Amino acid sequence: MSDGVDAVLICIVLTSFVLVGASRLGTCIRVVALQGVLLGVLTLAAAESVLSLRAPLLALTIVGLKGAAFPWLLSRAVRDADVRREIEPFVGYKVSLLLATLALAASLWLGARLPRPNPAMSALVVPVALFTIQVGLFIIISRKKALTQVLGYLVMENGIYAFGVGAVEGTPMLLELAVLLDLLVAVFVMGITLFHIRREFNHIDTDQLVALRDWVR
Amino acid sequence: MIAALLLIPVLGAVVAYALRSNAHRRAMLVAVAFAHAAVAGGTWASEPSPWWGGWLALDAPGRLFLSVTSALFLAAALYGVAALRRELPGEREDFEEGFLFDNAPEATFTACLLLFLAAMTLVTVSQSFVLLWVGIEATTLASAPLIYFHRHHRSLEAAWKYLLICSVGIALALLGNFFLAVAASGGRGAPVPLVLPDLLRAAGTLDVAWLKAAFLLFLVGYGTKMGLAPLHAWLPDAHSEAPSLVSALLSGALLNCALLGIVRAQQVCAAAGQAAFGQELLVGFGLLSMAVAAVFIAGQADYKRMLAYSSVEHMGILTLGIGLGGGGTFGGMLHAVNHSLTKAALFLVAGNILAEYRSKSTADVRGVLRVLPVSGMLWVAGFLAITGTPPFGSFLSELTILKAALDQGRTGVAVAYLALLGVIFVGMATAVLGMAQGAPRDARGVRGRREPLLSVVPAGALIAVVLLLGVYVPPVVHSVIAEAARALG
Amino acid sequence: MSAAAAVPALLALALAPLLLGVTSRTKAVMAGRVGRPLLQPYFDVLKLMRKGAVYSRTTTWVFRAGPVVGLASMILAAALVPFGGVPALVAFPGDVLLFVYLLAVGRFFTVVAALDTGSSFEGMGASREVTFAALAEPALLLGLAAVARGTGSLSLSTMLAGATGPVWAESAPVLALVAAALVVVFLAENGRIPVDDPATHLELTMIHEVMVLDHGGPDLAFILYGATLKLWLLGALLVGLAVPIHTGNAWLDVAAATAGMVALAVLLGLVESQMARLRLVHVPNLMVGATVLSVLALLLTVR
Repeated sequence: MSDGVDAVLICIVLTSFVLVGASRLGTCIRVVALQGVLLGVLTLAAAESVLSLRAPLLALTIVGLKGAAFPWLLSRAVRDADVRREIEPFVGYKVSLLLATLALAASLWLGARLPRPNPAMSALVVPVALFTIQVGLFIIISRKKALTQVLGYLVMENGIYAFGVGAVEGTPMLLELAVLLDLLVAVFVMGITLFHIRREFNHIDTDQLVALRDWVR
Repeated sequence: MIAALLLIPVLGAVVAYALRSNAHRRAMLVAVAFAHAAVAGGTWASEPSPWWGGWLALDAPGRLFLSVTSALFLAAALYGVAALRRELPGEREDFEEGFLFDNAPEATFTACLLLFLAAMTLVTVSQSFVLLWVGIEATTLASAPLIYFHRHHRSLEAAWKYLLICSVGIALALLGNFFLAVAASGGRGAPVPLVLPDLLRAAGTLDVAWLKAAFLLFLVGYGTKMGLAPLHAWLPDAHSEAPSLVSALLSGALLNCALLGIVRAQQVCAAAGQAAFGQELLVGFGLLSMAVAAVFIAGQADYKRMLAYSSVEHMGILTLGIGLGGGGTFGGMLHAVNHSLTKAALFLVAGNILAEYRSKSTADVRGVLRVLPVSGMLWVAGFLAITGTPPFGSFLSELTILKAALDQGRTGVAVAYLALLGVIFVGMATAVLGMAQGAPRDARGVRGRREPLLSVVPAGALIAVVLLLGVYVPPVVHSVIAEAARALG
Repeated sequence: MSAAAAVPALLALALAPLLLGVTSRTKAVMAGRVGRPLLQPYFDVLKLMRKGAVYSRTTTWVFRAGPVVGLASMILAAALVPFGGVPALVAFPGDVLLFVYLLAVGRFFTVVAALDTGSSFEGMGASREVTFAALAEPALLLGLAAVARGTGSLSLSTMLAGATGPVWAESAPVLALVAAALVVVFLAENGRIPVDDPATHLELTMIHEVMVLDHGGPDLAFILYGATLKLWLLGALLVGLAVPIHTGNAWLDVAAATAGMVALAVLLGLVESQMARLRLVHVPNLMVGATVLSVLALLLTVR
């Protein structure tokens, strides 16, 4: 049981690394979709009892939302926005990969220091969740395009959700669904705003969104 | 009753799309606002029964903030009728840069306003931490389209920053929820559900390390939404680009709802005996927010941005008060009420000034007292109220916080507090009084223009209430605030 | 040091050029050709040994020493690598570092010999070779460090002997990550696609080929044979890690390992027929990716 969870977690770590080093928008969206699917598999692998309907249902919802719906929404935003498909980063790819490695080491260290939340679960859950959250934040900060900021937000949510699945037991199903619904609406609204940004600015580079500032230029 | 509070705005939002005429829609907006305010007022008379298995219930802080939200929404709705009537159909020219833009469809605007109200109500009535989170995220999603009402690049930029920064912050708060769940799983017996009464009861069994980490995440996450420095980057842009009635709601009602999230976390911490940990952090963030606001208010060129930074300052004062504990908590809660009412009034008046002078720059606006007499008076009165001049209510709440600081022997904090208040007073006075007095730049033939009632009465009423609170706090209000303060330890 | 211990080294020395032949034959078959004879590399080496070498007047003793030192370091390295469960001729704690740095010595002398010619082509190839080697080194060392940490020993023989079937089942992620990193290092160190195209002879795209442009005769034979030895040795490392067959019968294990090597050569041929070479600026990204995999494996064994 723990081996399965471990293997899925390591795959999630690898997808985060690929995301940090990828240079094309399409690749990034597909990798985030893969991460969503892996999260669904994690939900199944971490389920306690085999017979309850809750875990498969939740896993299916997650795979449907994060593995299919969100990437589809974002791909449509990319297509409608007709933007250049190269990601332009503030921080170069090699430096990003090295920073991600440092983040992984830091997360493993931190995970060892925090008291274990759920003794039945693999010890890798907390470090991997923290690492994924850090990767999400890093992608938001270090990439120029607004779409990659949304992807970074999704990766952050993936990490937080991985923590929830691995460390917390007994959350009512209704609340988990409410959280997922919120996430869906969030991505939907972000997608619409991306469309408006493209229509307004003719690009989706956020480093050009500098019209509002305090002291007069 | 709680169900009514939630369902009325949602139904209104659905109806907004069904109605054809703008006039009908505005009337419906006002009707819904009245209905909501009536039910909210009813909760003072009779205690509403918990709904949904105890997840939704109204306790003292909730009732306080619910009433403030409802009152502000009513004022904003009434003002909105005049403001929306002023908006010309079709394209119009931008004041600052001269390009043409159009507005969002009014149906969308009204529907999002009502959903915003529903989300804020959800935040105030929820006893479950997860539902609180859902509510706050929903407020972000409902208010982003509101900021993008005037469809041009500046408001789009503001809306995008708001959406992304607040979503990231709120995601951190979700992690805080999970940390809290881990802290509550205890080990002894069944895990404690993340509902406030249960958590308070079982506070002794919570794991301290996870609880502290959870509080930190709540503070950072909801603090982003609340506008605490250094997480306030979205606030000036969003508040200055949104239409004035939206800014009023954002500043007055939304920041309070985010505060409620932090308040709930602090309640649990206090019950678990970790009150001091949270309080230190709150004092630190409070002073930092005041300092940042002071720096940016001095010499601020845009008066709506100045008001936005003033919101940051007052959130700092609130946080400082709650962080000081004891009498300071009472002062903080009272200040939340005063600030909400005053700031909303100021934004509504600023909307009038903007519509008249067609410029957001402080330097361009002169002689408001002559051109718009009522608005000018309200502008000056609002300024006096917001900076804590007696006899307005803010003076009382700020004094209470000062007294709490001195009582605890924290003279450094008190000195910094007073100094920053002074700097902000000077900064705002230069701007506001400069705008109010003098002669208008271009010779306007009309002197003392008659202003539509609906554009001044709401703001006037709000300032009157603040004045009243400064002179006499009704005992029922006093007891509710005291109860809210007591819950915080 | 018993007689049986010489088996890995002898197999390496004897069969290394065959790997190259198998790879060429696979590529030919994939292209629909018949291709060269399987033993062609042997014929090439022998042919070159019979020829004479021409030395430029601008070169010094370094140019003559380069190929010799390269071959010598490869033969010494062959003494350190175990094969099919049989421990190497020379095994002591720390020999893994000696192995890696013997490869480095060989590379160093090849590079210096290339610079010694004073030609700009060789200089360009030398600089590229050194860059990619510098990026491949952390991947190799950290991957081997992960295996060392996992098996608790710093000797190659013990490390590869420790990678048995049950160990794989238990710490599959670590071994999988190390194997993946070692595959990239294998491709990079030997100058195969996607890092370098061994068949190209355009100066702007060559890396390894361009360094040895000026050598001829026996020198070129040494270089060619040394390159095949390097291919075999790194492949033996990879196969030893990835093919955990320890039946207990030494001959069967050796035969299985040899079959593994042939399979590796076929796989290499398949990869080379399917993929194109990476753009030069993207190769460092690949190397950093391999380093990241090694680091991940190391972190997983350390925690």
